[in-house]
Amino acid sequence: MDENIVFCKGGGCTAKLGPGALSRMLDKLPRKQDENLLIGFDSSDDAAVYRLREDLAIVQTLDFFPPMVEDPYTFGQIAAANALSDIYAMGGEVKTALNIVCFPEHYDLNILGKILQGGSEKVQEAGGILAGGHSIFDTDVKYGLSVTGVIHPDRIYANNGAQPGDRLILTKPLGVGIVTTADRVGEASVEAMEQAVASMSTLNKYAAERMKAYAVHGCTDVTGFGLLGHLAEMTGKGRGAVLYGEQIPYIPEARGYAEEFLITAAGQRNRNYLGDRVEFLREDFPLEEILYDPQTSGGLLIALPPAEAESLLAELQTLPISSAIIGEITADRKLVIK
Amino acid sequence: MKQMIRVDARGDQCPVPVIKTKKALQELGGAGSVEVHVDNEIAVQNLEKMASVKQLSCHSEKLAERDYRVVITAGEPEAPAKEAEQGRTAEVCGPDRQNRTVVAISSALMGTGNEELGKVLLKGFLYALAQSETLPSAVLFYNGGVQLTTADSESLEDLKELEGQGVEILSCGTCLSYYELTGQLMVGEVTNMYTILEKLQEADKIIKP
Repeated sequence: MDENIVFCKGGGCTAKLGPGALSRMLDKLPRKQDENLLIGFDSSDDAAVYRLREDLAIVQTLDFFPPMVEDPYTFGQIAAANALSDIYAMGGEVKTALNIVCFPEHYDLNILGKILQGGSEKVQEAGGILAGGHSIFDTDVKYGLSVTGVIHPDRIYANNGAQPGDRLILTKPLGVGIVTTADRVGEASVEAMEQAVASMSTLNKYAAERMKAYAVHGCTDVTGFGLLGHLAEMTGKGRGAVLYGEQIPYIPEARGYAEEFLITAAGQRNRNYLGDRVEFLREDFPLEEILYDPQTSGGLLIALPPAEAESLLAELQTLPISSAIIGEITADRKLVIK
Repeated sequence: MKQMIRVDARGDQCPVPVIKTKKALQELGGAGSVEVHVDNEIAVQNLEKMASVKQLSCHSEKLAERDYRVVITAGEPEAPAKEAEQGRTAEVCGPDRQNRTVVAISSALMGTGNEELGKVLLKGFLYALAQSETLPSAVLFYNGGVQLTTADSESLEDLKELEGQGVEILSCGTCLSYYELTGQLMVGEVTNMYTILEKLQEADKIIKP
């Protein structure tokens, strides 16, 4: 880019509102009772699911944010992958998408062109159609999508059906927020950023496809509330989890950056929100930060019975990005990290 | 006069306030303090987190709606952080003291039976306690127990060791007076029944050898 513009101010899912503030506001909104609304904001799920027929429901979601990388095309790819992810986390199939664009009046429109190109190619890869969108002038760049998908009502992966004893599989490494933050202040290595970008721009489609043959009890995608935040949503009020600290996958350099406190405000908000529901049995500050770190376009967090988990893991390991079994669901409310 | 570096990080997004503060601390190169101004509470918390992990003392206050002042001090024996939101208190180097275990020494002897043996056992117990990795928050001495904190005690070194590690050594004033040991207290402080009761009530665990 020729212009000396501050394209990237710390965006991606580090720009999300904190979970506490959000839920208090959402609780106050009027709600209509409709039995066709299969998934709404009661269950802290990623998208809305509405039944049209006995065998058909639509999945609706949207995501947009400021850039977390310098390159506009890459930003477009990541923003689109992130928005599309919610459909896969539900077990649905992508159908259409609409652009959501904010762009400063005086910026070079070629930049916007590259963002949109990145987004549209990702939608195409997902098998969907980019059918239009809406753009406004704004002080900063923001981009994302509103996505519509379809699903059979009986085959929705709600994110809160996990059972004690279920194993937890994570399909992408953590630490993306920390690495992009380090990059923003010029401290990230080329390798670390490459890993982060690869992870963020990979669709969860491929992992989701392999999940279909298994009795998945719960599934969500890991984004702005960090692994622990999304795990908390998944376990809800009646369940908890134990995570095996050694098994948690993350971009290696993220540990060093966390030790240098190259961490986000959003990570701290996530930590505040979860409070003492989280219990660290190991003294490991960088790992704590990694677990609270907001992920942009993160992987799927899947809960399923142990035997199935082993088989699914074997299948997932044929994909370019490694998955891992990171823990199990418990009947206790706490989220314990061993 | 100790050095003080001022950092204005208002308008900066995390992690910039922390990075600026780290740099300022490095510039200090030893004793001194860094005063950082930030415009939001989350930045304050991230600074406190850093201070805690680096075992530096840290105080913060809100000056105005979008002006918080955080002072981090280096090169001093650090004080426990006042704002411990995450349950992470800045710790003095030493074994774990975040538990609320209280030891109650109610006699100069440990166990019933032979008296000589009882004295030896209690001495051994206090020695082992002083060497232990998990220290209690307080040791209470009452009735015959006050003989362990006064002039002729053979356990003074161990009790002073415990005191040095931040364990409260408390001896019942009434008991000292009864045994005519007032003024012969060699370690810790004099206490009363209210405090003894309070300590026992608040304890998660009470050890009575």
